[in-house]
Amino acid sequence: MSGNSFYGPLADPAGDAGYDERHPPRVGFFTDTSVCIGCKACEVACKEWNEVPDDGFDLLGMSFDNTGELGANSWRHVAFVEQPGGRSGVGEDLKAPVDLGMPELKQAVADVVGERPDFRWLMSSDVCKHCTHAGCLDVCPTGALFRTEFSTVVVQQDICNGCGYCVSACPYGVIERREGDGRAWKCTMCYDRLHDGLEPACAKACPTDSIQFGPLDELRERAALRVEQLHERGVTEARLYGHDPNDGVGGDGAFFLLLDEPEVYGLPPDPVVPTRDAGAMWRYAGLAASALVGIAVSAFVGRR
Amino acid sequence: MKEQVAVPPAEFRSYYGRQILKTPAWNWMIAAYLFLGGLSAGSAMLGAGADLTGRPTLRKVSRVGALVSILGSLYFLVADLGRPERFHHMLRVAKPSSPMSMGTWILSAYGPGAGLAGVAELMPNRLRRNWIGRLVWWLARPAGLWAAATAPGVASYTAVLLSHTAVPAWHEAHPYLPFVFTGSAAASGGGLGMMLVPVGEAGPARRMAVAGAALEVAASRAMEPRLGLVAEAYTTGRAHRLRQWSEVLTVGGAVGTVVGGRRRAVLVASGLALLAGSALQRFGVFEAGVASTQNPKYVVVPQRERLTAESAANR
Repeated sequence: MSGNSFYGPLADPAGDAGYDERHPPRVGFFTDTSVCIGCKACEVACKEWNEVPDDGFDLLGMSFDNTGELGANSWRHVAFVEQPGGRSGVGEDLKAPVDLGMPELKQAVADVVGERPDFRWLMSSDVCKHCTHAGCLDVCPTGALFRTEFSTVVVQQDICNGCGYCVSACPYGVIERREGDGRAWKCTMCYDRLHDGLEPACAKACPTDSIQFGPLDELRERAALRVEQLHERGVTEARLYGHDPNDGVGGDGAFFLLLDEPEVYGLPPDPVVPTRDAGAMWRYAGLAASALVGIAVSAFVGRR
Repeated sequence: MKEQVAVPPAEFRSYYGRQILKTPAWNWMIAAYLFLGGLSAGSAMLGAGADLTGRPTLRKVSRVGALVSILGSLYFLVADLGRPERFHHMLRVAKPSSPMSMGTWILSAYGPGAGLAGVAELMPNRLRRNWIGRLVWWLARPAGLWAAATAPGVASYTAVLLSHTAVPAWHEAHPYLPFVFTGSAAASGGGLGMMLVPVGEAGPARRMAVAGAALEVAASRAMEPRLGLVAEAYTTGRAHRLRQWSEVLTVGGAVGTVVGGRRRAVLVASGLALLAGSALQRFGVFEAGVASTQNPKYVVVPQRERLTAESAANR
């Protein structure tokens, strides 16, 4: 425990949770959505590796997204956003498409498919953020949710009693109780694979390296470089999300490079771990409890 | 009931209008638990006071009421788990960062006290004469006092339980919910007491009910204009209707308690109104939270405003 155990920047969440100094460095995901091609290999690899059950065949009518959201049975979710032109933010001018460093579209291909469409596609593979200050972990009353030696956050399924508190405590809406099972499930960052020195299944399967796995410090450096690169190439809307240790959750273990506002991808713009206000809440509760004592005592005092 | 639109609908962007947060996994049983826990706490305090001031009927009614309602609330708590047979996993840890863990221990402290005091009242005369009966009877007072001492925790921690989440309507309301809940607990505990005891002993129950109702309604009224956009979760839809009825019944019950004086029928009706008002308050607050997770505006708009204000301040 340290001064920032509940809120604020925290260099070493695993150390703060009690692991000795021999624990491995904090690992995470850097999901660079500028090179995501929406193949959903991450979704499939995750389901296969972790034996996450099918949750029904559902056509949602939202571009190519038929997964909808992260949940008990979807630990990776690829979002598809269709936007007119090169338009990013509201009110911005149309811009010519920019080279993102992807394999080039040959002129011959352009001749076949015709004009470049006045359209852009945002694709992003979302995942549990493995927060520095994880709301789900803080509120878990059984100790089923725990901080691993890799500083990730994992549910122990033999402990979870399905109280559902974590579901409401997650500011990203990630963790969910599985129907018919009753327990809470979410991404484990392939805790089993990490033990064997392997990268998580989604990162392994990603064909464009949109999902990068590694020590978080390295990923943060790489991400900062990538944003700089993109800005130089004129992709001024590129921005990082979840990288900042000073944000409301102390920074995410899984962070993103986005090409538009987070809410466009279904992410909260400024999430805060509920635990930040725990002290204030208990103080108000203490005052209210005192008021109740006052009411009860005064009901008896003096009169018959 | 038509809502007057005071401000134009907030502009915000989202992913196909889908909700960002998860709808709480809890159902109506948690709202029922909140109500019964409050009722039990209010009754336990009333029972201890009645014990100390020599009001045997009020003592009996309140102790039994505290026992029955805490048993009901525990049933709902366990039944709402995804794996009810694992309820005892709550007892593996004591975790200050988890209000549910703290609540588990508060209830574990409260339960035996309220239970023993209640059981002592329910013992048949035959049992009272043997040594177990005499021991239980002798322990009833300390048990009841212990229950009364822990009862304010039972009545107030549930507000932290709801507020310590990412659910906008519950989290933003954290300065007010504890007062709504303890007021509601006093109103319901008092309401139950004055319904079931002779008019001559009902004085403290009536005073507690009226003061509790006043606190509940005042805190609830103070809350709404101070929540910004999130207030809409309380002032529209099902949550609004439930809370409107709650206010009508609570105020009506309190007025009836004051002006009804010593007329038994009026006190019974007022007590019922206070109980119903307290229950509807909990269901209303619960529903407001659920509604606030189901529309992304409650997440995006306030957070976006916060970011805009921050970047303006940094400029």
